[in-house]
Amino acid sequence: MADVASLSAGAEALRRDASGPSGPKPRHVLSRRNIFLYGTLIVVALYYLLPLYVMIVTSLKGMPEIRLGNIFSPPMEITFEPWVKAWATACTGLNCDGLSRGFWNSVRITVPSVLLSIAIASVNGYALANWRFKGADTFFIILIVGAFIPYQVMIYPIVIILREIGIYGSLTGLVIVHSIFGMPILTLLFRNYFTSMPEELFRAARVDGAGFWGIYLRIMLPMSLPIFVVAIILQVTGIWNDFLFGVVYTRPDTYPMTVQLNNIVNSVQGVKEYNVNMAATILTGLVPLIVYFVSGKLFVRGIAAGAVKG
Amino acid sequence: MSNSERPNQLFRNLNAKIASIPMILTALVVFVGGTAWTVLYSFTNSKLLPRLNFVGLDQYHRLWSTSRWLVSIENLLIYGAISLVFSLVIGFLLAALLDQKIRFEDTFRTIFLYPFALSFIVTGLVWQWLLNPDFGVQRVVRDLGWTSFSFDPLYNSSIVIYGISIAALWQGTGLIMCLMLAGLRGIDEDIWKAARVDGIPTWKTYLFIIIPMMRPVFITTLVIIAAGIVKVYDLVVAQTSGGPGIASEVPAKYVYDYMFFAQNLGQGFAASTMMLLSVVIVIVPWAYLEFGGKKRG
Repeated sequence: MADVASLSAGAEALRRDASGPSGPKPRHVLSRRNIFLYGTLIVVALYYLLPLYVMIVTSLKGMPEIRLGNIFSPPMEITFEPWVKAWATACTGLNCDGLSRGFWNSVRITVPSVLLSIAIASVNGYALANWRFKGADTFFIILIVGAFIPYQVMIYPIVIILREIGIYGSLTGLVIVHSIFGMPILTLLFRNYFTSMPEELFRAARVDGAGFWGIYLRIMLPMSLPIFVVAIILQVTGIWNDFLFGVVYTRPDTYPMTVQLNNIVNSVQGVKEYNVNMAATILTGLVPLIVYFVSGKLFVRGIAAGAVKG
Repeated sequence: MSNSERPNQLFRNLNAKIASIPMILTALVVFVGGTAWTVLYSFTNSKLLPRLNFVGLDQYHRLWSTSRWLVSIENLLIYGAISLVFSLVIGFLLAALLDQKIRFEDTFRTIFLYPFALSFIVTGLVWQWLLNPDFGVQRVVRDLGWTSFSFDPLYNSSIVIYGISIAALWQGTGLIMCLMLAGLRGIDEDIWKAARVDGIPTWKTYLFIIIPMMRPVFITTLVIIAAGIVKVYDLVVAQTSGGPGIASEVPAKYVYDYMFFAQNLGQGFAASTMMLLSVVIVIVPWAYLEFGGKKRG
């Protein structure tokens, strides 16, 4: 109710602003509308930033200070010990080599998964866009519908398949699982992109005698680098952040970082070291955060492309 | 379009077919086959290993008389209602605010969206810390002098699901805002001009003109939110591990625990089939509305 009232207050201000003829007109910086607008945005932004701030602040404090103090207060004495401990010596079960193990596992999972899933999906999308064969669209529709099936329905059959092949519990198995479940959204992404490329380009290459792979490698691939970047962003964050597949398809010594982080923080044994926990949490979130802040608008494009169907 | 000259039907377009093998296998073996397999085995009394020993609807009877499952369903409904309503309302309001041709739009958008880059595990652990009654928000407010202040959602079984929803909203609203913002940007500028000429207040323009025009965006967003609700798992694992007691259990966790810990596969399959059913109930009407009548090709 309050929101509606304040919105309409802003609306009146806006109407007053817009009552004049066209063209730019001088505006008061401190109009009621602006105070409301920026005030709301800043308050909400602070709310969104608060958890990140608390994470960082907590990870830089010693345990005595945490027990006495306020979680929002900045550290009186900055210490990086929690970070070192979280990275190198925090324990999960019998392993006491910290999150570094999970980090390298996640790297070994994410890199091949991203490459494989994008390779498969881009060729799929290309085949669907330019080389449609009978029945291709049926498989594509099954794929898209399948994206809505809860993973829980399919995890056990996949366990059996991987066990039969003999790669259950290995990183290879997990890479295949990520490629399978990344396929619907990525295939859609690439299919839509390749469909939007001019048909003449493809025809000209055909006339010149280029075949399926030739056109893909020499024309489609170089011309669609932006969509590949979008796909990489989408997959790196998605696979790095995965928990369910990691916990189902790997063993404790190959657990990805998210699973290991959860085991460190939520372990019941020992004294809780909140500063180490928060340092470990930031470390795990760091890779997707860096991807996010570096990629900027492409990240938004990626999720928008993933979300809105063409 | 395929324009191959070769006569044999099977070998036409052979490369494209070979390249599509992973997609075909995924679609048929994993998506169709895996789903059918799970549904089939949900009618068996499989325990440690899957066995084709049919017991009819026994697993479902047991499922619906297990209090943990009933709690899970209730939690999912509450969590789902909160997620839908609040992420739509907050997401739209933020998008509308950002759409006012403001300065620093990119900065604000970056701030609202960054939690979405974080995993549910990270989100859950941060909010577990913030909502910790001994150190977090409750302690801070009490230290300010309000000693009877109580805010411990993660340790209070009657409100724990709201504590989880707070974290979920923090993580996911940015995405909804982005989708809504894209929708708002897709509205023709002339609509706004016409509304202004007619002297319609901004909030009325939003409510009666813009929102109805954004129907497709809302529907897509709704489907995305709904699909995310059913899948909620890691957030609960990280934030509360289902506790206190069984107060914050969710269906996805029930499935996982019965399949991999309780060694009661039949229960896990029955529960996952129920999850599938709930998705079907949401998706089929949507697909019918969206694609009904016209064939996609």
